[in-house]
This record gives sequence, structure tokens and C-alpha cells, in this order.
Amino acid sequence: MLLNHDLAGNTPLLYRCLQHKACWWLLLLTPLLRMVWLVLQGELVNPIEFITHSTGTWALSLLCATLAITPLRQLSGWAGWQRYRRLLGLFAFFYACLHWLTYLWLDQFFALDAIVADLVKRPFILLGMLAFTLLLPLAITSTQGWMRRLKRRWGLLHQLVYPAALLGVLHYLWLVKRDLTTPLLFAAGLALLLGWRLWRWAKPRWGWAR
Amino acid sequence: MLIRRPTDIAPSEITPQAQYLRRREFMALAAATPLLAGEALAALTGKPSPFSTTEALNTRQQITSYNNFYEFGTSKEDPAANAQRLKTSPWQVAVEGEALKPKVFGLEEILKLAPLEERIYRLRCVEGWSMVIPWIGIPLASLLKVVQPTGKAKFVAFETLLDPQQMPGQRTRVLDWPYKEGLRIDEALHPLTLLAVGLYGEVLPKQNGAPIRLVVPWKYGFKSIKSIVRIRLQETQPPTSWNLAAPNEYGFYSNVNPAVAHPRWSQATERRIGEFFKRKTLPFNGYGEQVAGLYRGMDLQKFF
Repeated sequence: MLLNHDLAGNTPLLYRCLQHKACWWLLLLTPLLRMVWLVLQGELVNPIEFITHSTGTWALSLLCATLAITPLRQLSGWAGWQRYRRLLGLFAFFYACLHWLTYLWLDQFFALDAIVADLVKRPFILLGMLAFTLLLPLAITSTQGWMRRLKRRWGLLHQLVYPAALLGVLHYLWLVKRDLTTPLLFAAGLALLLGWRLWRWAKPRWGWAR
Repeated sequence: MLIRRPTDIAPSEITPQAQYLRRREFMALAAATPLLAGEALAALTGKPSPFSTTEALNTRQQITSYNNFYEFGTSKEDPAANAQRLKTSPWQVAVEGEALKPKVFGLEEILKLAPLEERIYRLRCVEGWSMVIPWIGIPLASLLKVVQPTGKAKFVAFETLLDPQQMPGQRTRVLDWPYKEGLRIDEALHPLTLLAVGLYGEVLPKQNGAPIRLVVPWKYGFKSIKSIVRIRLQETQPPTSWNLAAPNEYGFYSNVNPAVAHPRWSQATERRIGEFFKRKTLPFNGYGEQVAGLYRGMDLQKFF
């Protein structure tokens, strides 16, 4: 395993790096820094379209990464993965916020009537908005304080991440003009992540365990 | 009547003399470097046209690096990267069907049919962006007149080259290949309808539809079919690629119309490439004065 100590007892560099939250911050901010860099370079032909697409795909990617933590923990037997779930989830929310703001500001220029008309007429925008709305309470209640306060209901509430991810993928599938390759990749990834959970949940109940 | 164009060549656009004098060096370098050679295009000039807009042009860089040309991939950057392998010479265009004198034209013959003109047109993509592009070409009418359409020629069908070897996008099923487009005969004969062979004072770059493409400035961009090999005059309305792919989203006419939304997005506004704020989209992309008459009495909500 990449992350385990080797036989000589040395800690691998990657592992030492991942122990620092600062490394994760840097890693997770890289897409944003790249976006800012590319836009400032001034060579993008349609920078606003690029920002819209980039923030959207990163929100969805990080949401999938968040959902991958539990299967990773279960498969690897390393409980340490758990420490990074909240950070990943909050960064997914951060990119979703940027995506949402890009739509409101750079696409619609806060024209409320046009936005309302869009929501009524265009299902993919409505789905995106719904997904974002579902993430909102999760971001707010992500603190230790809220975890304590909500007790067992916290886990129940945070199951909202599943419909949010599903709506996010549907939002992507629905808006694409013709080439469905990338949204279908996301759909496959999400199906794998949710399928794994379903399998774990159903195995003992439906007598699938051998 | 002679309509003069304002002299709008900025001093910055003129090649400095020092650079001009070194042009042979550049040509030699270009010949020695395969990638550069693909980029070094022959100069081509057209006489100014009264149909040209005086709006600010988009840059050559914008026009040649942000393209929809699914034969070379579905992302905007794909055509510039993948189209260079297309062999554009020799090139033939078969003009056939309901015509007294059907003929297969070599590209050079087409270039001699009429004096080349520079037409600076707005291009509005169905996706909601637009550009101002200096095309060089001849009116489609000057080609069609040579073959003498019969009375049965009510529509014109166009086809792009079908060659998955050269056009890797055709190995996927993303559209029904070859790419097909069509116009009504009066649209095809309209003086605004252009067969473009050049761009920005040079031979048409491959990612923009070399060696010969259609430009119909009052319709969404996908109507302006690229790398044409066949033009057929016919009595019936021809099937068209995007209409076959999604009939409820892309009609046969596809005139730019801010009042008719795409089922999944509004067409009321557009982003002119290079601008921050969006513009209001104009009916017929601002060419209503010239073309609205073609559609008098038609329900444009129905014939979208």
C-alpha cells in the first residue's frame, strides 16, 4: 500500500504530506488557481463558459470524491480517510457556490425575471438549483457543534448528499447538447459509489452473504 | 452604385516593414516545420462588399481556435487540433439533381465563377455566442446559376465530406454522417448566402471548414455546413443533421430568432466572444431588412 509505512519504518512522503490539512487545501484550491490563471492569461476564447463548466465539473467531481471516502475506508481498512471527508464535502460545496454565482452573475447578471423564467422553463437549471439547495443545510451543519446538537439525526440529514449528487449528474446529462460522454462517466462513477452502498446494505438483509 | 467602405485598417494591423522584408525567412522556416506549414496559409483577397458590417471584428485567434466541427471532435478546441490532417487539395464539389447542366467542379473552377468578395458577417451560434467574421467567398447563387436549376429545384441539399480516416469524429455516432444541411432555393439564391473559401485575408483554415463552406448569416451557425463535397438541387425538403439528431430542438429553417427559445435555453440574448456583458439577439441576426421577406406569412414559431 502506498500509504502504509514501508518495512524500514520510514513514512512515505505522500503520507506525510496528506497528514497536513494545508496540503489538502492547496490540492483542492488548485482547480480554482488554475481557472484564475487561465482567465488572467487572456487566451481563453470564451472565459465565462470555461468558468461555468469548470466550476460545475469540479463541484460534481469533489462530491463524488466525498462519496468515495466511505467505500475507500471500508475497502482499505484505513480509518484515516474519514478525516478528510468534511473538507472534501465543503470544497464540493465551495465549487458549487462558485458555479451557482457564475450563473446568477456572469450568465444572467442578476436579472431576476430572466432567472425565474429559466427555472420554470428549463428543467436542467431547476435540477441544478435543487441540488445546490440540498447541499446548503449540509454545509451549514458540517461543524462539530451541529453534529453534537443533531446527534443521530445528523447522519439522517446528511443522507441528502445522495439525492444532491444524483440531481447534479442529471443536471449535467440534461444540459449537454449532444456528446454525453463526460456526464455519462459521472453517472457511471456515481452508480458505482451508490451501488457499493446498496450492496453493503442489502447483502445481510437479502441473504446474499455466503 | 459604388458603396465605399471606411478605411478601417489600424496601423497596428499593417505588417512592419522589417518583418515584411524577412518574409522569405518565415516561408523557409514554415516549409521546414511541418506544424507551422499547416498554419501558413496562402493569402487571398476579396473586394469589399456593401453587405459587410462595420462592427469590430473578432480576432483571427478567436475565430480559428473556438470551433464547432464535430467531424474533428465535440469540444471547441478539437477542430484546431485535429483538422490539420484533412487533405483539401485536390477538392471537388458535385453539383447535381434538378439542373440542366449538372457538373462536378474543381475548387479552382469555383474560384473563377465570380470575383472574390470580403463579407464581414455576424455569426450567431445556436449555443448562445456570436462573432464577427471577415469571410472571403462568392455568392452561392453564382455557382447555382451555372448549372441552371430546373423548375423542380425547390430545395438545395448540401453534404460534407465523409471520410472517417481524415475525420476522426466520424468514427463516433454523435451525428448521422455525413453532415447534411439544406436551404430553400430562394434562401440559397439570396445575395447574402455565401460560399466561403477564405478568412481574414487567407485561404480558409481547416478547422473553419476548408476548402469550401457555406455561410448563411441570418441562420444559426450549424446551418453553415463545412467542407462541402456535394450540392443537390431537389424538389423535396432535404433531411438535415441536427434536425435528425433532435427534431424538437433544431428545425429545418433555424433562423436566428430571439422570440423562439431552444427547448433547453433562451435565445433572447447572446455573448459576443470577447465581450463581458450579453447582447440582445436580433431577429434574423440583424439581417431582417434583407431576408424577412423570404418568410412573409410563415408562422416562425412553427417553422423554427
